[in-house]
Amino acid sequence: MTLAAFAYQRPRSLAEAVEAMAEAPDARWLSGGMSLLPMMKLELAAPPALLDLSGVEDLRGIRDEGDFLHIGAMTRHVELARDPAVRRDAHLASLAAERIGDPQVRNRGTVGGSLAHADPAADLPAALLALDAEVEAVSARGRRALSVQDLLLGPMMTALEPDELIVAIRIPKHTGHRQAYTKVPHPASGYAVVGVAVAIHEEGGRVRQAAIAVTGVALKAFRAARAEAVLAGQAVDQEVLAEAAGLVCDGQDVLGDVYASAAYRRQLAQVVTRRTLEGLR
Amino acid sequence: MVATEERVAITLAVNGRDEQVSVEPRWLLSDVLRRECGLKGVHVGCEHGVCGACTVLLDGEPIRSCLMFAVQAVGHQLTTVEALGTADHLDPVQQAFWEAHGLQCGFCTPGMVLTARALLDRNPNPDEETIRETLSGNLCRCTGYQFIVDAVLLAAAKRAEDAEQGA
Repeated sequence: MTLAAFAYQRPRSLAEAVEAMAEAPDARWLSGGMSLLPMMKLELAAPPALLDLSGVEDLRGIRDEGDFLHIGAMTRHVELARDPAVRRDAHLASLAAERIGDPQVRNRGTVGGSLAHADPAADLPAALLALDAEVEAVSARGRRALSVQDLLLGPMMTALEPDELIVAIRIPKHTGHRQAYTKVPHPASGYAVVGVAVAIHEEGGRVRQAAIAVTGVALKAFRAARAEAVLAGQAVDQEVLAEAAGLVCDGQDVLGDVYASAAYRRQLAQVVTRRTLEGLR
Repeated sequence: MVATEERVAITLAVNGRDEQVSVEPRWLLSDVLRRECGLKGVHVGCEHGVCGACTVLLDGEPIRSCLMFAVQAVGHQLTTVEALGTADHLDPVQQAFWEAHGLQCGFCTPGMVLTARALLDRNPNPDEETIRETLSGNLCRCTGYQFIVDAVLLAAAKRAEDAEQGA
C-alpha cells in the first residue's frame, strides 16, 4: 500500500524540531506512528509533511526528579510498563501501559503520542489523570506546562496548538499508594469499552486521597469526582465502596454504540469500579 | 526536508546485512522489505496494523512493518523470517510449529514464529497465558490458536533441551 506523498524530515535535536515546525506549519509530528499511520491509510489524515521525532534525544528517557518522575515523550509503552522506577513510584502508569493494544503496538507506541492523539478509549489518559500528571509542551513561542486534565478536550482533541510538541510527562510520585487499572477491552480493537484507573492513599485506616479516572465511557477520559468524594476521609468498607462505584459516571454523557449501549456501559463502569476498589483491599 | 515524492538513499540493516535502498519516505517498511530487499517472507495481510502477518523484529522485538515507514528503520537491526532457519535446518521454533501442526495455510506463520522467537529469547519458559497474551497481535484464521500455543510450548522445551545438550 502506497500512502499519499509527504515531505519528511528527521530533526536531530529539539531546537531543530521546533524550527522545522515553524518553517512547515502544516506538518505533523511522527512519534510511534501507531495511530497516525492507520489514520493515513484510511485517509483520515493526509499530512503534507512529517517531522520524525525518533532522532531527538531530549524526548527520551525516564528520570527521577525528587517528587516527580520525568517521562520523555518518546518513551515506548513497553518501557513504561517495565521501568523499575515507574513500577515503584507510579505503578498505575505501568499497569495501564501493559494493557495497551498488543506487544507490537507497545513496542512502537509512545506516551507522548498517545496523549497527543487523545483517543477517548485509550488506556494511558485514565492512568495519567488519576496520577495528576502534567505534560510539558514546547513550540517556537516557548515552553509551558499543563495538566493532563486541561490537555484533554474531547475525542482526538487536545489543548495543544498545532505546532506544539509534548516533550515530557511529569508524574507526581505515588509511592505506597494502592493502584490498579482494570480494562474491559473491545474484543476486536483492544480499546477500552470501559477502563478504570484508581490510586488510593490511606493513613490510619482512612482514605486520605482517592483518585478514580475512567476511559472509554465518555468523549474523553474523566475523573470521577463524586465517587472520589465519597471515599475521602472514610474508613472503607463494602458499603462505602459500593456507594462510590455507583457514582462513577455521575454527570457524564455516557457513550453508546453498536457494541455497548449507554446503559450497559454505565452499568459496566460501576461494576468494574467496585471490583477494582475491592481488589485493592 | 526530503521533498514530496523525492527519493532518499538509506541503509537498512536486515538479517545481518546492510541493504542500500532508494526509497520515498511514504514507502512502508513491509513493502520495501518485500520489493527492494526481496524478502517475501514478510507477509502483507490487512495492511492496517491489525493482523500482524507483517511482523518483523526491530532490535529483537516484534513490530508491524506495515505500520512503519522504511526511513524510520534506519539505525535499527531488522530480522525477518528468512534469517531464522533453512529448509534443512529449521529454527527450533519453526520445527515446533511443524511438529505441533501450528499452521495450516501458513500465511500468518512468519509473524507468529518471529513473535514467538522474541518471546522465548526474553522469557525461555513462558506459561500458556503469557504465550496467548504475547501472540494477541497475530491473527490466524485457520488453526483456532490451540496448536500454535502448543507449538510455542514445544519450542520452549526444545530450546531448553538444546541448551542442556550444549552445556
